[in-house]
Amino acid sequence: MGTLANASPASVPMFRRLRPFLGNPAILIGGILVLTIILAAIWAPLLGTIDPTRIAPGMRLKPPSQIAWFGTDLFGRDVYSRAVYGARSSILIGLSVAGCALTAGVMVGLVTGYFRWADAIIMRVMDGLMAIPTFLLAIALVSLTRASIATVIVALTIPEIPRVVRLVRSVVLTVREEPFVEAAISVGTSTPKILLRHILPSTQAPLMVLGTYICASAILIEAGLSFLGTGLPPEIPSWGNMISEGRTFFQVAPRLVFLPSFFLALTVLGINLLGDGLRDTLDPRIAKRM
Amino acid sequence: MLGFVLKRLVGLIPVIAVVSIVVFLLLRLSPGDPAVVIAGDNADAATIERIRASLGLDQPLINQFFIWIGSLLRGDMGMSIFSNIPVTQLIFQRIEPTASLALTTLIFSLLIAIPLGTIAGATAGSWLDRSLMLVSVLGFSIPAFVLGYCLIYIFSLQLKLLPVQGFVSIRQGIGPFISSIALPTMTLGLAYLVLIARITRASVLEMMGEDFIRTARAKGVKERLVVTRHALRNSAIPILTVIGIGVALLISGVVVIETVFNIPGVGRLVVDAILKRDYPVIQGVILMFSAVYVLVNLAIDIGYAFLDPRVRY
Repeated sequence: MGTLANASPASVPMFRRLRPFLGNPAILIGGILVLTIILAAIWAPLLGTIDPTRIAPGMRLKPPSQIAWFGTDLFGRDVYSRAVYGARSSILIGLSVAGCALTAGVMVGLVTGYFRWADAIIMRVMDGLMAIPTFLLAIALVSLTRASIATVIVALTIPEIPRVVRLVRSVVLTVREEPFVEAAISVGTSTPKILLRHILPSTQAPLMVLGTYICASAILIEAGLSFLGTGLPPEIPSWGNMISEGRTFFQVAPRLVFLPSFFLALTVLGINLLGDGLRDTLDPRIAKRM
Repeated sequence: MLGFVLKRLVGLIPVIAVVSIVVFLLLRLSPGDPAVVIAGDNADAATIERIRASLGLDQPLINQFFIWIGSLLRGDMGMSIFSNIPVTQLIFQRIEPTASLALTTLIFSLLIAIPLGTIAGATAGSWLDRSLMLVSVLGFSIPAFVLGYCLIYIFSLQLKLLPVQGFVSIRQGIGPFISSIALPTMTLGLAYLVLIARITRASVLEMMGEDFIRTARAKGVKERLVVTRHALRNSAIPILTVIGIGVALLISGVVVIETVFNIPGVGRLVVDAILKRDYPVIQGVILMFSAVYVLVNLAIDIGYAFLDPRVRY
């Protein structure tokens, strides 16, 4: 009791709120994995890497050595440096796609769930979009423009929006009938305020979980697109690009494929674990909505 | 029953309309003028104009849309810009490897996933159940093409048991067919298998707590039959739903896996078309895959009504 009283007032409730999360092994392991990858992405220049785009014609396809820990690729670029810098592309794309899809999906979902007139039209459009397999829609959207990080983000965001809209709508439909919303309406609260103040907070927990899944799926799809040669431009170090370039030499130098694959799988595993853990800790009922 | 089927069919109309508008716009929003591409580098303005008129590109957008829908209904998906072969013919030429792979994957996944999920659900908390949950997180996290290379490395390069790449048609003998399709099937199947096993486990587990399970046990039904006849059977609907939704996973997987294993299927066709910006082919393949997805899920929807009469009302 004495120690609690002496602790700073801000830290105690903070710790109490975090405790159920840290007690969940999935969140703990997933969180450590994700944090490590994010820090590696930020501090990539400090981790013994060299310029990941530097071409050294005399150093082509060299096996691992003291200078290049995981050898060099077709252009003599350092495989280890490219793999560490590759984390930057994946994390950037995963977070941006999750952020954009959640923002767009929440706005559309709130309107869809709250206004009956909008519901029929918007949900038909969403059903239609969901009928096109995600990967194909993304690949087709990318093919419309020149490959760049921005176009890949847009192309990956659009197929994810319907999932967010459906989730937000289902929450809004339940919450809309709650007495506190009825009370807010009866005292004359404006509709935007009802939506943002009273309904939006209920979507927070399921959206956090869905956000992690979208982030994982975006990283996987980007790697798939780059692997097929339709994603990021080849000079950008990304895991998908590395696997794509390495596959020609798979029989002679499998490490060119395996190192980026390992990073990719580890990152997605961390994010998925985090998502599963959050889902179980925040509210087991969330699983039913998705 | 007929009324139920009709209602489902009518419900498909808006979905199909949205899909076709999106796919149509995809072509029309694409940069570059298809007429210029078809005419080639040395064409004069009059030739380009003639090609544009013959493609109907001089019409207003809305007219173009209805002309396009009209020809679609007649089974005409247009011509490939590069090979000048009708898109439908291109797809038909490539459908066999893709269909074979989809079918073997479906059989492989269901044969493993349903027994595994059922046992895990009936023995929740056991080592089998825990390992299934662990494998399932891994299965969702390893990209299909990464898994493909791992399997090639183990089975083809190290153990030299199976061919590295390529596709052998079933008409050339069942043995060569199976050895060529085994690795692609496992690669494509893992995520699908894990998805179905997880939902089977969850719904069997939920059913095991129901009163009718207690009743069945009380009247002396063997535990094996309690699980299969009572728990698994009542889990049919969620399992079927996921089998249908998972088809999207298979379609996305096929596109990548065919490149990994060098299989000349529809997935490879669309990847080549995208690299060459052959928009009519891209359109055709997306339409075909979306149609497959929608129809599979329609069939499953109708299947519910047969399995469980309550669904009809």
